[in-house]
Amino acid sequence: MTHRNERVLAVSELTRVEGEGALYVRVSGSTVAEARLDIYEPPRFFEAFLRGRGYTEPPDITARICGICPVAYQMSACAAIEDACGVTVDEPVAALRRLLYCGEWIESHALHIYLLHAPDFLGYRSGIEMAASRRDVVERGLAMKKAGNTIMEAIGGRAIHPVNVRVGGFYRAPARAELTALSEQLRRALGQALDTVTWVAGFEFPDHDVDADLLALSRPGTYAIERGTVTARSGLSFPASGWDGQVIEEQVPHSTALHAHLAGGGRYLTGPLARYSLSSRWLSPLARQAAQAAGLGPDCRNPFRSIVVRAVETVYALEEALRLIAAYEPPGRPAVDVRPRAAIGYGVTEAPRGTLYHRYQIAADSTIVSARIVPPTSQNQAAIEADLRAFVQARLDLSDEELTRQCEQAIRNYDPCISCSAHFLDLTMDKS
Amino acid sequence: MTAQRSPELSARRPAVVIGVGNEFRRDDGAGLVVLGSLRDQAPPGVTMIAADGEPARLVEAWAGAPLAIVVDAVRARPPSPGAVHRFVVDRPGTSMARPASSHGLGLDDAIALAVALDRMPERLIVYAIEAADLSQGPGLTGAVTAALGGVVSAVLADLAGARAPRR
Repeated sequence: MTHRNERVLAVSELTRVEGEGALYVRVSGSTVAEARLDIYEPPRFFEAFLRGRGYTEPPDITARICGICPVAYQMSACAAIEDACGVTVDEPVAALRRLLYCGEWIESHALHIYLLHAPDFLGYRSGIEMAASRRDVVERGLAMKKAGNTIMEAIGGRAIHPVNVRVGGFYRAPARAELTALSEQLRRALGQALDTVTWVAGFEFPDHDVDADLLALSRPGTYAIERGTVTARSGLSFPASGWDGQVIEEQVPHSTALHAHLAGGGRYLTGPLARYSLSSRWLSPLARQAAQAAGLGPDCRNPFRSIVVRAVETVYALEEALRLIAAYEPPGRPAVDVRPRAAIGYGVTEAPRGTLYHRYQIAADSTIVSARIVPPTSQNQAAIEADLRAFVQARLDLSDEELTRQCEQAIRNYDPCISCSAHFLDLTMDKS
Repeated sequence: MTAQRSPELSARRPAVVIGVGNEFRRDDGAGLVVLGSLRDQAPPGVTMIAADGEPARLVEAWAGAPLAIVVDAVRARPPSPGAVHRFVVDRPGTSMARPASSHGLGLDDAIALAVALDRMPERLIVYAIEAADLSQGPGLTGAVTAALGGVVSAVLADLAGARAPRR
């Protein structure tokens, strides 16, 4: 509603955002004075809940934080605990983890591209409305998503909250035939993913670059997913153990949530744009070709184009899954023995939405003394808010309804996560 | 054997029971607790699926089933914690209370998506349990816990009814 001196836009429930939270925008005169994204942070609850639990429990417990990216939580938790215990998993186990992670990327990206993000570009109010008029397109997205699911079921035991992951590896390694059986479906999905890149590349993208550093894992020779060195586009690089010294979370006056920034630097963004900008050269030839044909250069800072990057990453994840399956031989042992010791361990992996950090301190009695979990959306919060300030500033002449709609789309560019950061998003715009 | 009357029936999937929720959001875990109780009591052949409410997964879980039963927590205004609502969804556009699952997308979206894609089960029954507490943490409130026995019995009756020969 609009009053003479005050303008308030309110959306009681922001659809197609996975999580809960609220956006508040305050405009003073003709300047956007504040854009505050209040996000809900279950990881804080889980950090407390994990204290006193056994050192093998975090992978199972933290997988419950998010239904869309349980593998990410499991992988970062395993990496941190194994680090604390001084264990490195066997290479075949690491490869199987990467394959499982590819399944999660495929599933999460297909969901976001088709049901959450594409409708914004095509003028549909929802993925459901799009399904009603473009059933063929949505069917294609769901077929890709299902291909990702099948990987998670084959390796993880089930698609939601996989039960086969344990510290040190897996409870059971699948037989070769169980994975090769997936290949035909994955090859079909690869074709669908290439079609998806072409499809989303045809959308219209506003000129809008995000003003933030970009941070992701990198690992020369490969597109980093389940391991690597934390790397910023500005040149900063550090191992997982350096996280606490390099990533500073602090309270800011206008927000109840912690804001992350780099020590000696500013706000940063994790996720597809960061990964692509740091590692596009390590994509497979096919994925690189698809990216070039879609108009992507070696890096990408336009959050609206993140849908193209997600499509390219889906091509890569499917190819990578097929490669890993073709090379798969069941590991000699599905897990290495991980003996507890009093130590601190660090783990960082690339969740579909961005970098996910876990740190655990383990006591001599094998229980967790302290846990710290930093999910991608809370790291992105400062960059999202800054981006929204610039975004709204350039669009103050729009009607309340249109501005609200565009703000929702701008938030969806970042794919903020279901339970790990934000649920029903209330958007309030206060213009005085 | 019903093949004589309905040859395609034997190729169909069995009935499916889907418990929706998050066990670390207090009463949002009600659907999962009901599912846990049903695992030992449901007739053989019934598929049991735990779900987080993501619509595409729900659609995939129930597509082609002759009967799908979904148990989920809901947030109602005004609240009556522990109250159980049973909906039989058998036509497009059926409206219902918005589920409380910790997602931006919910059961109503899943139904709309399934209708758009022609992937509704033959019959969908939804048990919506009114939640008292959806804050973070494990465990259900007393009001919701007290309601679950009735939901389990009702689901078993639905499953038994589906197995009985139709006249």
